Amino acid sequence: MATVLEADRVLDCKGMLCPLPIVKLSKEIKAAQSGQVIKMLATDKGAPADLQAWTRQTGNELLDSHEENGTFVFFVRKTK
Amino acid sequence: MSKSDPNAPRRLALIASRGTLDYAYPPLILATAAGAMGWEVGVFFTFYGLPLLLKDIGAAVSPLGNPAMPMKMPFGPENFQNVNWPIPTAMMSVPGFNALATTLMKQTFKNKGVASIPELRALAVELDVKLIACQMTMDVFGFKKDDFIPEASVGGAATFLEFAADADVQLFI
Repeated sequence: MATVLEADRVLDCKGMLCPLPIVKLSKEIKAAQSGQVIKMLATDKGAPADLQAWTRQTGNELLDSHEENGTFVFFVRKTK
Repeated sequence: MSKSDPNAPRRLALIASRGTLDYAYPPLILATAAGAMGWEVGVFFTFYGLPLLLKDIGAAVSPLGNPAMPMKMPFGPENFQNVNWPIPTAMMSVPGFNALATTLMKQTFKNKGVASIPELRALAVELDVKLIACQMTMDVFGFKKDDFIPEASVGGAATFLEFAADADVQLFI
């Protein structure tokens, strides 16, 4: 279990398949302020790999990625 | 539409040439995913892909000519839903079978949490994906600009090629 992180916003993408989780995340990031942390929940098994690619491409920071009882939990910080 | 700025975002250029339900998904999934990553995206809708720009999308799917298409039931217990029903080729040409296959595929996709084609297209519009309707196909099949969603623009091969020339990824679907 990773370090406990504080989230400013929570995005629930449980039950959604590709490409909805990253599309919803991009909307959430647009709405967030720079430096804010978004906690995202997803059940899409492709999400861990896609979140890494998405953060590399957008320059946002993936602070943590882990699984809790079948749900993937991500912490993403908006960098700019 | 040339990409002269070296700091410009990455660019994706797609050609959507087919309009059945199964072929409508790949360009719209890639376009929205790229848009979500901050890429600049253009999709050129040509030949049978053009009707995907119509205000009312009627995309259907046919198992005829798609022998590897899984036939799954969108209801019942999970192990029943995962059964792949073998459909004899002759059945695929029975009137109404395409409509049945389309209904089953749409319901299965919905149950699994996949966005519908109209939803994905609306997301593409929201993400500023350039939707280009092929003028030549419009003339051949008798479509007018007003038949399409207002966000669609109209262009020809040169319009697409100029956009694609500076693209990082180009795909024909």
